[in-house]
Amino acid sequence: MKYQPIIGLETHVELKTKSKMFCSCSADYFGKEPNTYVCPVCLGLPGALPVPNKTAIEWCIKIALALNCKISNISKFDRKNYFYPDLPKGYQISQYDEPFGLEGNIKLKTKNIRIRRVHMEEDTGKLLHANVGGKKVSLIDFNRSGVPLVEIVTEPDFENAPQVAEYLQKLQQIIRYLDVSNADMEKGDMRLEPNISLVSRISNFQFPISSENLPKYKVEVKNINSFRFVARAIEAEIIRQGELLNRDETPTQETRGWDEKKGTTVSQRSKEEAHDYRYFPEPDIPPITFGLREIRAVREQIPELPDEKRKRFEKEYGLSSHDVDILTRERSAADYYEQAVKDGSKHSLTPKKIANYIINKKPDMDKTVPGELVELILVTHQTTEVSSEELKQAVRQVLLENPKAVGDYKAGKTQVLGFLIGKVRAQLPPKSSSEGIRELIEQALK
Amino acid sequence: MKIDIKHVAKLANLKLKDKDLPKFEKQLNEIVAYVEKLNEVDTKNVEITSQVTGLENIIREDIPAPSLTQEEVLSGTKSKHNGLFKVKAILDSES
Amino acid sequence: MNNGLNTLTIRESLEGLRNKEFSSVELTRACLDQIKKYNSDINAFLTINERAINEARRADEARENGSDSPLLGIPIALKDMFLTKGLRTTAASHVLENYIPQYDSTVVQKLKDAGAIILGKTNHDAWAHGSSGENSDFGPTKNPWNKEYVPGGSSSGSAASVAADMTIASTGTDTGGSIRLPASFTNTVGLKPTYGLVSRYGIIAMASSLDSIGHFTKTVEDSAIFLNVTAGNDPMDATTTKNKIPNHLEDLDKGVKGFKIGVPKEYFTQGLDSNIKKNIEGAIKKFEELGAEIIEISLPHTEYGIACYYIIQPSEVSSNLARYDGIRYGNDRTRFGDEAVRRIILGTFTLSSGYYEAYYKKAMQARTLIRQDFEEAFKKVDAIISPVSPTPPWELGEKVDDPLKMYLSDVYTVIANLAGIPGLAVPSGFIGDLPTGFQILGPQFSEKLLFRIGHAFEQTQERKVLEK
Repeated sequence: MKYQPIIGLETHVELKTKSKMFCSCSADYFGKEPNTYVCPVCLGLPGALPVPNKTAIEWCIKIALALNCKISNISKFDRKNYFYPDLPKGYQISQYDEPFGLEGNIKLKTKNIRIRRVHMEEDTGKLLHANVGGKKVSLIDFNRSGVPLVEIVTEPDFENAPQVAEYLQKLQQIIRYLDVSNADMEKGDMRLEPNISLVSRISNFQFPISSENLPKYKVEVKNINSFRFVARAIEAEIIRQGELLNRDETPTQETRGWDEKKGTTVSQRSKEEAHDYRYFPEPDIPPITFGLREIRAVREQIPELPDEKRKRFEKEYGLSSHDVDILTRERSAADYYEQAVKDGSKHSLTPKKIANYIINKKPDMDKTVPGELVELILVTHQTTEVSSEELKQAVRQVLLENPKAVGDYKAGKTQVLGFLIGKVRAQLPPKSSSEGIRELIEQALK
Repeated sequence: MKIDIKHVAKLANLKLKDKDLPKFEKQLNEIVAYVEKLNEVDTKNVEITSQVTGLENIIREDIPAPSLTQEEVLSGTKSKHNGLFKVKAILDSES
Repeated sequence: MNNGLNTLTIRESLEGLRNKEFSSVELTRACLDQIKKYNSDINAFLTINERAINEARRADEARENGSDSPLLGIPIALKDMFLTKGLRTTAASHVLENYIPQYDSTVVQKLKDAGAIILGKTNHDAWAHGSSGENSDFGPTKNPWNKEYVPGGSSSGSAASVAADMTIASTGTDTGGSIRLPASFTNTVGLKPTYGLVSRYGIIAMASSLDSIGHFTKTVEDSAIFLNVTAGNDPMDATTTKNKIPNHLEDLDKGVKGFKIGVPKEYFTQGLDSNIKKNIEGAIKKFEELGAEIIEISLPHTEYGIACYYIIQPSEVSSNLARYDGIRYGNDRTRFGDEAVRRIILGTFTLSSGYYEAYYKKAMQARTLIRQDFEEAFKKVDAIISPVSPTPPWELGEKVDDPLKMYLSDVYTVIANLAGIPGLAVPSGFIGDLPTGFQILGPQFSEKLLFRIGHAFEQTQERKVLEK
């Protein structure tokens, strides 16, 4: 391909606080009767004033710290002014030049993605489109209005869609570890806005790209709510922009939407017109300051994050990175595993054995407490431990004693494998684990 | 500096009548010319004042409280449907 | 003829009610009668509270039952910027001409809790934009002292209603002089408290960093009684003070002996009407006689106050008026009057991309310099005396086509808002048949001191009551 994609990403994460960002309405709005979780503040009634939610701010800082951001000593809120029917005040309270978090990063397998900023803002109401009395109308529910959102903005460090997908998975995992959002895509807890541009590969550049080497345009794709769609939207944009560039046209700097049915992005020019947000400091909210002590207190609430946990599991439990990935996917599963390891150590069950059992048997962790799991494993394995040397010896013996079966197997009748496994088991003490027998036989007959 | 009234009115979501434009243009440009008097003031290295209270960290605990009723929420408009506010179709988000 | 109860002050009314000389129903009825009689002339009220008499009856019952809350049974009027649950609130604009609020503002709640009777909602410049009252979408309020003249704005109806004894007291908002200017034009006492002393929650926002919530009364003492009810922290307004609120009546009578009172030298040069100058010089002399020390001070950046104010204020106005889109309540944006349109456009422009630094940021820096002027001054003096308006009241219609000229009448008042300090406008006599006054400015949260100074001066004057 002639062009190198340059991709940045904005991610909105909806926090699961009990109340909204600037008022005391419940933030647990999903699936509720429309316009019942609304008060003068989040409906933008005359005279209503915002008061920020302490927990939401702490959680925003938590996210910022987990993404290795610097926390500003002084932050403030700003007004972002624009008109849209789902925005009741005609401005969104957000953060402009003094966000809570700055300059963090997320490490992917092969590259580092820089986080430009992490800031706090409020959600808008929800627009629905319907036909009422034969007329096309839009309907507005303000239950979501004012729910706390954290926006995480990366530098344009991604080179392709898979990197974006990997980043998103890591981000989602971190957010869930922090327990500040369900990060449920289906419910719109995470909304994604990639910005994409292409540069010619001939031009001399390297990631990370300095601002003067950035292309003169950038296309933003708004409000995507699935990791799969974001990847497809990026792919589609790369093709579309590539075609334009091939014709010596510069793609227009604009906002586009993702049309899943058509599999393309579509221009949203009308939103573009009023792109002057006229930010200014929110006069209704005094500034927010953080001392080292406050930052430390929030930092102390941060649990061990996935990367550290993975490293520790590999080292401490001698697990493969594949196993560790599975066990640490969710914090609750990792905690469960560690408890089982603790319980299992009393019965000299190895961490590896417990890991294998969890990964292969996928026990229901909600129903089986770790102690019970250990019992289960013990029953399966029994107390009779068979050394691998003993096992190998038994396999060798069985193969020697059953030349016909061996011949059949080699001729392609692999179903005799079951017969051979049975023979090997008969050589071993009763109730021994059959684990690894099949593999050993297969190896020997290769 | 002269105000581009049509552009600014659009930003402000105001529809002005053509016949009013010259009047507003004249009045507003006089006012802008007047406020540019501030250019006489040396503000190099002067901190900004956006608030005068000196307060910091005024926050509330994350405790939910009752909201208005749906009836109260919708009491200010006649344009509603099934508990929702109703407006003219917004085209660009339909795609 | 009515019984004259409506001419009483808060203090006199409370005494009469406590001594059972009359009831709140009688007092309230006297005010309503006066409104009925003169409102068509003065246009001070936009909405009358039909339940006022019922509320007065309840107040009388409460008093029978031993209650003596601080404003029990006192009829008051509210500027129509204060949201009143179930009672139409218009901001004197066609945009909200039919708006019935879903909630009470904090101050209204406090006044109700204190036993006050809401007579109705008063007229003002729409959205509080103006210095004369003429920008109301429901017609101008007239000066009760001479109906050819403006009563000052924006809180025109609140000032006129107190001056014309239609109410015992009234509320106002002061963003750049909207209480002090009409007070000085109507022979009433007007308080603009320290920013953050009185909650803004539920009061239609004009310019959020400048809006101060105050009131009009017939005497300085009444002003202190009223502030004792309205002042204090509100968890719904993050900019309200957490300070303990003093009893503002304490020390009221202690006089000004030994006080250092500053007079800004820049204020008595060109631009100040000679009659007003003479009047204030008279007041200064009175203070000297009362034992205060008069000290010349300098507030060099006052000159830039209007320019600074007319960037910050419209910028915030443009944002605060964005919610009025006709979707959730009210009419659509085509119903804004000319002055609101001017301010929205001006503010949108000064905040817009490419202009923010040159206008809004510059103004916020100038605001710092204005604050510093006061900080310096208050190192030398306890309080400052200054004119309120550079001219006496003007004739209706005189400035309506020249907004800039109208804006310049706020030259002495806006700086208190920019600095966030309190100002008390006190009547100081008449120029011809029209009233005049001066203002006392003090450091943040010095209201008690301002009342003490204002009260001392008031004792030297005879209160002139409008003959009706």
